[in-house]
Amino acid sequence: MGNVLTIILQRLALGFLTLLVVSGVIFVAVNLLPGDFAQSILGQGATPEAVASIRRDLGLDQPMVSRYFTWLGGALQGDFGSSFAQASFANFTGSESGAGSVAQQIAPRFANTMFLAAVSAAIAVPFAIVLGVLAALYRNSIFDRATNIFTLSSISSPEFFLAYVLILFLAVLNPILPAVSNIFADMSFSERLEKTLLPALTLTLVVTAHMMRMTRAAIINLLSSPYIEMARLKGMSPLRVIVRHALPNALAPIINVVAINLAYLITGVVVVEVVFVYPGIGQLFVDSVKFRDIPVVQACCLIFAAAYILLNLTADIMSILSNPRLRHPK
Amino acid sequence: MSGISRRGLLKTGVAAGVLGLSGMPLRAQSRGGKFTAGLSGANTSDSWDGRTHSDVFMISAALGGVFDALTEVAADGSLQGELATSWEASPDAKVWTFNLRQGVTFHNGKAFGADDVIESLQLHVAEGSKSAAQPLVAAITEMRKITDHQVQFTLEAGNADFPYLLSDYHLLMYPAGQIEEAIAQGIGTGLYEVVAFDPGVRFVGRRVADHYKGDSAGFFDEVELIAINDNTARMNALLTGQIDAVNRIDFRLEPLLRANPNVSIQEVTGNQHYTFPMLTQTAPFNDVNVRRALKYGVDRQDMVDKILLGHGKVGNDSPIGPANQYYHAEMEQLEYDPDRAKFHLQQAGLDSLNIDLSASNAAFEGAVDAAQLYQASAAPAGININVIQEPADGYWSNVWLVKPFSASYWTGRSTEDWMFSSAYETGVPWNDSQWDNARFQELLYSARAELDTDKRREQYYEMQQILRDDGGVIIPMFANFVQAISSRVVTPDVVGNTAQMDNNRMLERWSLA
Repeated sequence: MGNVLTIILQRLALGFLTLLVVSGVIFVAVNLLPGDFAQSILGQGATPEAVASIRRDLGLDQPMVSRYFTWLGGALQGDFGSSFAQASFANFTGSESGAGSVAQQIAPRFANTMFLAAVSAAIAVPFAIVLGVLAALYRNSIFDRATNIFTLSSISSPEFFLAYVLILFLAVLNPILPAVSNIFADMSFSERLEKTLLPALTLTLVVTAHMMRMTRAAIINLLSSPYIEMARLKGMSPLRVIVRHALPNALAPIINVVAINLAYLITGVVVVEVVFVYPGIGQLFVDSVKFRDIPVVQACCLIFAAAYILLNLTADIMSILSNPRLRHPK
Repeated sequence: MSGISRRGLLKTGVAAGVLGLSGMPLRAQSRGGKFTAGLSGANTSDSWDGRTHSDVFMISAALGGVFDALTEVAADGSLQGELATSWEASPDAKVWTFNLRQGVTFHNGKAFGADDVIESLQLHVAEGSKSAAQPLVAAITEMRKITDHQVQFTLEAGNADFPYLLSDYHLLMYPAGQIEEAIAQGIGTGLYEVVAFDPGVRFVGRRVADHYKGDSAGFFDEVELIAINDNTARMNALLTGQIDAVNRIDFRLEPLLRANPNVSIQEVTGNQHYTFPMLTQTAPFNDVNVRRALKYGVDRQDMVDKILLGHGKVGNDSPIGPANQYYHAEMEQLEYDPDRAKFHLQQAGLDSLNIDLSASNAAFEGAVDAAQLYQASAAPAGININVIQEPADGYWSNVWLVKPFSASYWTGRSTEDWMFSSAYETGVPWNDSQWDNARFQELLYSARAELDTDKRREQYYEMQQILRDDGGVIIPMFANFVQAISSRVVTPDVVGNTAQMDNNRMLERWSLA
């Protein structure tokens, strides 16, 4: 078990390093985009004086390297700074009291995104694995082919297209679900769930194929092993052979794929959130990039990167734990 | 007017302005219910700070809901008092005295008076203010409280439109001494007090029970504005009945909306116009003959048909539109005439002209397509336009006012002087053609201080003609404001045409059926 602990610590340290690199890359990338916060927020009304005054107030007139290290210094102490938008308004009113920190701004949005990801995962993961098992069981049958065609065509379509198709059938033609997912804090759980269902279904369609195909492939791969043949010769039913004997040994690759897709549910929601007007981190991210609000963009990107790193780590740990040979190395 | 139902009229897209002239009686509006609108133009940096407002979401929530200004432009374009009841000018239009409404209270119970006016306007007047309305009020040299309900403004130079300027959506009235708090929480004198406000997401307001506007405005018990920036999502929400009104419909989806019996389309022609400004201090645009050649080389009707899909009217290179008081409607229209364009080119001593036109859809929806239409229509006259597609990011900083020939837009202003002094006065920052015309400048100053309507009209007509013949801005089209409402909603017969959604005052003027 000590082995696993070392791995976790090693990977966390590496993950931290990755986050550092990500923050640097994002900082440079956002700065390379044409225009800055002052120009974007003022739009057509950007007079040189107003731009200069906002830049001065926000420290945007400092050289890039020194701005990055100022931000990094704060971030290492857990202070991700204030969003430019909020800081700029605080200056308008002449005080710092109105300035919300990035953390305050992101927290409710992040909670919303996690809720959407959780609902999507709760639908998608069981759905995909059951489909995969059934497809492996009835491989090369009509059912198998239909499932493959359905999931592959849904993963191949752009997300907004899937979203619009679902809206057309489930909201416009048959008004079952709301087309706009405008959830807010003091909403009851059932209402919130109802409004989240359409975006969750869209995400389900996007991530199902990957997980389902991997489940199917991993199981079929094992079906030619001698121990499966043994099980069959014992006279077990095909379903039991797959669920009891094949599936546990196929878990490692499946867990890996599930983890990658869970990460996608958190980081890949940008388009879906915009289409459904879902107030999650994706919408905030789009807004912030549009206005070059670097502190918020940085924080969002770090959250996305951390989600990938942590879920990948979890996947590796889980595959070790699910494999007795790795669990008890000689 | 018998035989034409109000809805029928709206459906056929007749401008509401026409209805106003027909003198149909105002329909009685009943109180109650909840109204929900889906609007674009919201983002996470929104706040109750009027100095930053620029788009329909916050303007409708603030000016149209939570706050009030001193004056208000009514739906028919006339000026009426809001927090001011009456005003009076000195003969040279330099000193203005405003009488304020008595018995008005802010949502936190504080009484409204002269101090609030002075302190609220100070936000914009102050040296180094970042307010977008700073140029509007820059002419105020002194604000003086005469009594608790009377304020006197002294201006640098006479301005007959001063009361109009005070209706601007930036110039909201905050409680004196509590401005910071009022901006943080949204405390105004408006018809609706803030129940919930989540920047870039939604605003919910509740009708103030005992409001000075009484039964004449504010017919909903509760209002909600939802930020829906995505066009398709906004239309979907309306079609599925989740919301009662949307702004800016997507013209391509118009047939779908028209086919739905529960939805009607509202269309008004105002002052919003799309432009191609050229820097007139830069060759070759410093030659008026080149400018004239370009004016005759554009097929305006074609642009209205293809870019606006018919939802607009041709422009005449003057920014004054049908929503203005002194709009010169009879002015001879600039027509598409390649031969004449060629003639003017020869006058400039040129056989052909090669120019770059920088465009991006950040300027207006379809700007790049419009530039390409311009390219095609100008070619027969020997004008070779090279269309450069610019990135939308940073367009207003890196292209507009920088590149010699670019695309732009203006929402228009409710007064002539306001429009001219924003974009055509010599040396102002937004003079996007760097245009400098002595006669125009002279007329601008004399008309500004002119209190006699007829003389003023004459001067403004002449200015519009100068712009048409000499100006450096091609204005091929005026774009309608097109919005849609559900059949639950009743709107007055005349809907404002200086801005979207009944001049951003739908929360105040509309009601449920």
